[in-house]
This record gives sequence, C-alpha cells and structure tokens, in this order.
Amino acid sequence: MSKRIELKDLNIFYGKFHAVKSVNMTIEPRAVTAFIGSSGCGKSTVLRSINRMHEVIDGAYVEGQVLLDGVDLYDKAVDPVRVRRHIGMVFQRPNPFPTMSIRENILAGVRLNNTKISRSEADELVEQSLRGANLWNEVKDRLDRPGSGLSGGQQQRLCIARAIAVSPDVLLMDEPCSALDPISTLAIEDLIKELKETYTVVIVTHNMQQAARVSDSTAFFNLKAHGQPGELIEYGPTEKIFHNPDQKATEDYITGRFG
Amino acid sequence: MSTTDAEATTSQPNDTTDDLTSLRHSRRRFGDKVFKGISSGSGTLILVILAAVATFLVGLSIPALTADAEDLQYGEFWSYALPFAFGTVWAATLAMVFAVPVAIGIALFISHYAPRRLAQGLGYIIDLLAAVPSVVFGLWGINTLAPMMRPLYVWLADNFGELPVLGWFFTGPVSGTGRTILTAALVLAVMVLPIITAISREVFLQTPRLHEEASLALGATRWEMIRQAVLPFGTPGIVSACMLGLGRALGETMAIAMVLSPAAVIHFELLTSSNPNTIAGNIALAFPEAFGLGINQLIATGLVLFIITLAVNMTARWVLSRRKEFSGAN
Repeated sequence: MSKRIELKDLNIFYGKFHAVKSVNMTIEPRAVTAFIGSSGCGKSTVLRSINRMHEVIDGAYVEGQVLLDGVDLYDKAVDPVRVRRHIGMVFQRPNPFPTMSIRENILAGVRLNNTKISRSEADELVEQSLRGANLWNEVKDRLDRPGSGLSGGQQQRLCIARAIAVSPDVLLMDEPCSALDPISTLAIEDLIKELKETYTVVIVTHNMQQAARVSDSTAFFNLKAHGQPGELIEYGPTEKIFHNPDQKATEDYITGRFG
Repeated sequence: MSTTDAEATTSQPNDTTDDLTSLRHSRRRFGDKVFKGISSGSGTLILVILAAVATFLVGLSIPALTADAEDLQYGEFWSYALPFAFGTVWAATLAMVFAVPVAIGIALFISHYAPRRLAQGLGYIIDLLAAVPSVVFGLWGINTLAPMMRPLYVWLADNFGELPVLGWFFTGPVSGTGRTILTAALVLAVMVLPIITAISREVFLQTPRLHEEASLALGATRWEMIRQAVLPFGTPGIVSACMLGLGRALGETMAIAMVLSPAAVIHFELLTSSNPNTIAGNIALAFPEAFGLGINQLIATGLVLFIITLAVNMTARWVLSRRKEFSGAN
C-alpha cells in the first residue's frame, strides 16, 4: 500500500515562469512528511506535481522525475489519470461534491473506475472509509444527506474518507486545516497520525506547530528573492529541522525571523 | 422618482453635520435610495407587465369561452383549440429533443474542451445565430431545409413506417414538399440552440475550480470530471436555459407559420402532409380573416398558450426545488 516517492531534479514551470528549481528528495513510506515555507515558495506546487495535478493549469509543466517506488510518473507512457488514482489528495478548502450525499461522495472515486460493486460491498466500503477518517459515528445516521450540510471539519474528514476509499498508495494534503477551527484541526491531526500507519502522507502546512506535531520529516522551501524560483532549502527529520537546522534561513523561518 | 429626490435633498445636510443626529439618518444615503428605487421598481414592473398581459388575455377570452358554439366563427372552442395546443407542445418537444443535447455538447466543448481562442470565436458565432430574425429561419426552412430533408424522410418512411411503435412517427405517405412538423421542429431547434448554448456555457464556466479538482484528483478523466462536477453543478442552470429555449419554441410564430401547411389534427406522424399547427402559428395565419367573436376565440387560444408556458415553467421549478439541498447553493 504505502510507497516511497523520489523527486529527482524536479523543475516546475507555469508557462514561462520558473516556479520551483531542482528539487531532490526522498519521501519515506509509512511516515508523515511536512512541507513548510512562506507563501509563494512553491511547496504546494511541488505537492501538486506529485500526483500530476500541477498540469491541469493551462501552460503548466514539469521537468525532471517523480518516482513512485521506482516508476517515473512523468514517463510518456504513464496516464496522469491513473497516477491520481494511486495518489489521493486533500485540498485546502473542504470540497465534497455538493450535489452528492455523504455516501455518494465516498463512492465517487470507486465509481470512476467503471467498476460495478454490489450494494453490500459499497456499504462496507463506506463504513470502512468513514471509520478510517474518524467520521463514522458522526454521520452514520445521515449517509443520504448532502455532504455540504456537515461542518467544515467534518467536510474535510469526509474528503479524507473519499480519498482513502480508493485505497491509494500516497495521501497528499494541501494545508488541510487552514480553513478549520482548532478543535477540528486537532481531529484531523490525530487522523493524520493514524493514516501514516497505512499510507505515505505528505502535508503542506503554514502552521509550524502543526508540522512539529504531526510530521516525521520536514522540508523547508524558500525563495532567494521575489520573482526567483522556489527552492528546497533543507530537508531532514522534523526534530532536527526544528531544533538544530543546518541552514541559517531555516532557523530564521522556524524562529520567526524572516530574512 | 420625485419623492426619492425630495428625501435625498433633505438628508444631505444631516450627512455632512458632525453631531450624532447624523447617525440616525445614515441609512438614507442618496445612492442607496436611488438604487433601491430602481431595482424594486424594475421588479414591480415585471409583475405589472405580466398582470397586464394576463388581464388582456383573460378579459378578451371570456366572450369566446362563454359564447354558444354556433355563434363562434371557428365552432366549439375546445375542439378548435386542442389540435393547436397539441401541435404547439409536440413541435416544441421535438425541437427540444434535437436542440438540448447539441446545445449542451457545444457549451461543454466551448467551456471545457476547445482551446481558448477557438472557444471565443465559437461563442461569438453562437451569439450571432441568436440575432438572426425568425423570418429568415422560416425562409431557410422552406427553401433549403425542407427539400434537403425530403430524401431522408422518404428513407425513414420506407424503413420504419411499418414497424410497430416507430410506425406512429414515421408512417407515410411522405409530404411532397418536405414541409412537415419535423422540418418545423428542426427549424425551431436551430432557433433555440443559441439561447440554450449561451446560458449553459456561462453556467459551466462557473463550476468551482475546487470541485473540478476534487474530481480530477480522484482520478477522473475529463469526461468523468464533467459528469461528476460540472453537469450536476450546472443542472439548475441547464434547466433555466432549457426553459428559456422552450419558451421561444412554444411561442415561435413566423417560422412555423411559414414552414407548415397546417391541418387540424392530433397525431404523432412526423413525415406526412397533414400536420397540426401551433397556437402561435395559427393566430398569425387566421388573424387577418378573423372578425367579431373569432378574434376573441384566437385570443383565447393565446391564453391557452400562456397557461401551457406557465405550467411548464412551474413544473421545472418544482422539480429543481425538490433537489434543493443537493444543489450546491450553500
């Protein structure tokens, strides 16, 4: 289930704009890796290039390699649609499909593969996914109600349940708590710690305490100057990045001194 | 308007003084007043216009509806009006069957498939099509479409005319001119196409990026993404677009009056030379020779058309409201 991701000399572009410069890193399976850095430094862009969501924007493209257990996701023979079925994603703002019920939201990914599943299998998958997202007890009596009727935190957990329902290898999270209140945030963070038992989890966050709380490794991205491409400055165990970073830029960012 | 101006001038000094009494009058800003006046005025105006039309129709219909059948120019009212009511609904339904899938296809192509430049050009052409007068479509229907379609009609009648259910629609003999209800419906379809396309395109473009990405990130192909995110989100808009298109199809007069050679019949035959006329088409054809209660009788058929349109619209709204909590409006 859980797979290793390697980024090799990854350069990311929006048309003529060079957004991220030569990223090299290895993301370990069964662990949480956090991407931190100031706004516009390219951490979300790197995250979106891992499941090839970057290229859905007009004119956006990537140079270099992203390897999932050794398979280059940017190989010409690879279908981006299949990549996304293996690498799930949770977005900054909860985005359950508003026209679907809670149950249908969970099954949305499975239905895509044109696979027919029986009602009992579907029931089981819905329960299992919602339990996996710590949401089952809150919604089990209203599975046929619209997902948009839930609170923000519940909607975000619904989105996580939807992502894990297709049993991906990797779970990407793009600032999943930035639109949530502290209690919902805590619920998601607890969930992330459970999810890493099964999945490779990569999370982008603006909240440094959150990175420190949930992640095993941390990558710090930064810009040399405005208009320059973002770069991976330092990458290592979270403990080390937060207490004894090698780079001065990392230390400045962690301690709140931007330079 | 004059009251608005008067209040505005009296509130002016209060706005400029610094004492606390100005707080009490702060709600009476001049711009707000004017804007509120204009918008609620426009809203009321629509109701007034609708009420005026309804009053006109009902008022002038009553003499025809209450008169004895032998006094009426066209005989008993309902046996006179029913074939036209049927023809109206039948022609409009056929037109929608042809137009809606094509319109949604074009709208999706423009919003989600075509390169930006092509999409802009195509959108412009579609808007242009909406500006063609219906008389021109009528001429095109008679002179080009009808003769062009006739060989196809003959083929349809030969191959499907004898079959059990399809025979109701495709039975012969095929009209010699090709000016049948099917031709009329095709002309109508071309006429309503731009309306439905233009509105659907705008609605599809409004699909939140977030929902499209949710679908793509689950591993949807573009078509799956459209089915999962774009179409469900756009459903109320598509229905509104169809209602506007249907409104035009139901009420279209010129093109129908020109293309059809009408008869007072109720049947589903698409290819024969006996075709039910529509209410609007019939009013246009019969009005020059109508006199006395005959005029009231024609207006009464207009009232029937008004009621049909109203009923269709209300049904559509009712269907949508049942799915309201799933509409994505929140």
